[in-house]
Amino acid sequence: MPEMTTATAAFAAPPNPFGDLIATTQQALTQPMGPWPGAHLPDWVIFPLAMLAACAAVLGFIAVSAMVLIYLERKISGHIQSRLGPMRTGWHGILQSIADAIKLLFKEDLVPDASHRFLYSFAPVLVFVGALTPFAAIPFAPNVVVANMSLGLFYILAFASLEVIGVLAAGWATSSKWSLYGGMRVGAQMMSYEIPLSLSVLVVVALAGSLNMSEIANQQLYIPFVIQSPWALVAFFLFYISALASAKRAPFDLPEAESELVSGFHTEYSGMRFAYFFLAEYTSMVVLSAIGAIVFLGGWNFPFRADTSPWLGAGQLFVKVAALLFVMIWVRWTIPRVRIDQVMYICLKVLLPMALVCLIGATLQVVGVPAWIMWIVFAAIVTGITITGRRIEKVRATQPAGQTA
Amino acid sequence: MNASTVIFWIIAVLAVGSAIVATYAKNIVNAAFGLFFTLLAIAGVYVFLDADFLAITQVVVYVGGILVLLLFGILLTNKNIDFVTVDGSRSYLVGTLLGAALLVMVLSILQLATWNNVPTAPPPGGTTAPIGYMLLKNYLLAFEFSSVTLLAALIGAAYLVRGRDKD
Repeated sequence: MPEMTTATAAFAAPPNPFGDLIATTQQALTQPMGPWPGAHLPDWVIFPLAMLAACAAVLGFIAVSAMVLIYLERKISGHIQSRLGPMRTGWHGILQSIADAIKLLFKEDLVPDASHRFLYSFAPVLVFVGALTPFAAIPFAPNVVVANMSLGLFYILAFASLEVIGVLAAGWATSSKWSLYGGMRVGAQMMSYEIPLSLSVLVVVALAGSLNMSEIANQQLYIPFVIQSPWALVAFFLFYISALASAKRAPFDLPEAESELVSGFHTEYSGMRFAYFFLAEYTSMVVLSAIGAIVFLGGWNFPFRADTSPWLGAGQLFVKVAALLFVMIWVRWTIPRVRIDQVMYICLKVLLPMALVCLIGATLQVVGVPAWIMWIVFAAIVTGITITGRRIEKVRATQPAGQTA
Repeated sequence: MNASTVIFWIIAVLAVGSAIVATYAKNIVNAAFGLFFTLLAIAGVYVFLDADFLAITQVVVYVGGILVLLLFGILLTNKNIDFVTVDGSRSYLVGTLLGAALLVMVLSILQLATWNNVPTAPPPGGTTAPIGYMLLKNYLLAFEFSSVTLLAALIGAAYLVRGRDKD
């Protein structure tokens, strides 16, 4: 693969701020690489071409991964519920996603009469942009990243929040009450869960002392952060729960609760516009799993050994991401949906304080408290919670669960 | 012509154009989405100034936070899709005078300002670490003061929402 190696060589730069993204891309394209006559083209032709090429690569990856994920979700949910799942299209229904894609492409594009035309057609794009842009900063392997920014993690979390605006716009522009309620629920849920999500990631940022994704991964050369610090271990679970919520996955899939809201904000969408929402959901699953795998689980580094083979590294990063995605699907078909007040309770009264405690612990570890003391403190806290757990349960049982003031 | 120049001009036109939409739109939701593009384009301008941390903070705070709250407010109160903002002010004379005064002020500030004091090269390690050091060393008092102010506002809002009776 000649393109792959050239791109890898060109992007093997130290962490850059944004300004160098342009320079790096141009440099990659103006280098004489085989059949590409890049050196003779003017700058303003090359740059859009470079951007389009990067976009096409990421889009291809997203489309393929979403199709595979949708197929896997159907098969896994089928087997969890003692069904077979799709079986008719190809061997064990392996072509089902392609059939779905063709159906969505040829479906009539319906626009409700009372809708806000521009926002109605713009909202899916916005949601999809929110799911697509984080890929620019996610390294797939050592030095294989679209833009090796020094603020990669911050960038990913920032642009993932564009999705909220798209969802709100979709819910409102449809001018249907179900859609508006669905959009509001998603907006509130995603906004709220951004806080524990960011705080739990901040635990590792404090430990690593960097926001660059590759740098964070490289700091886990022998030991992943979940083993380097007990606070990162807790933060990983907090991150994963928040990720489930911000990807609108079960048990936090209230926005799309079919039985209550008729699939929420995208009720009236059909055809490719619906496909954008669908793609965006699976893409944000991939993005969040990739963050979890790179930031908490060591990325492309094997635990407890330094293996520098980039292909093995990329392969095991893929396995880690796939495992996190599998658990997401597994959880969806295992745990029942929580109520909307329970969603907020979990976020603000459980995840947020725990994330703050983890952050304080991680900061102490950065200041100089050794990891083994931290593990002892952590074990003591866990034991204490376990012992007093019965009492807490007893107090809880006297009042109804999830009661709000 | 440089590709960065082309992109800069696209961003600049987007910022100004959507700011005009945000100002003159009759439908308040259109105005909100005009503001959305303005804020994103301003983040793009920050990128061109090599202020990477500021650019992403702009997206997080203004686009991901304040604009979403704004949209929540509009969408929860505004039921009709053909809702049109009612312009209650009719004092054109005062408005024109105030606007002219503001214009004179801004123009004089533009005249007085010393331009070209932006460093040409981006800082080597990004801007995040210097900003962090400055906030927690040189400007710690201002930083803590603003955070305590925000906390007070937050507690006040929670108190107001909570209602009077205890249950």
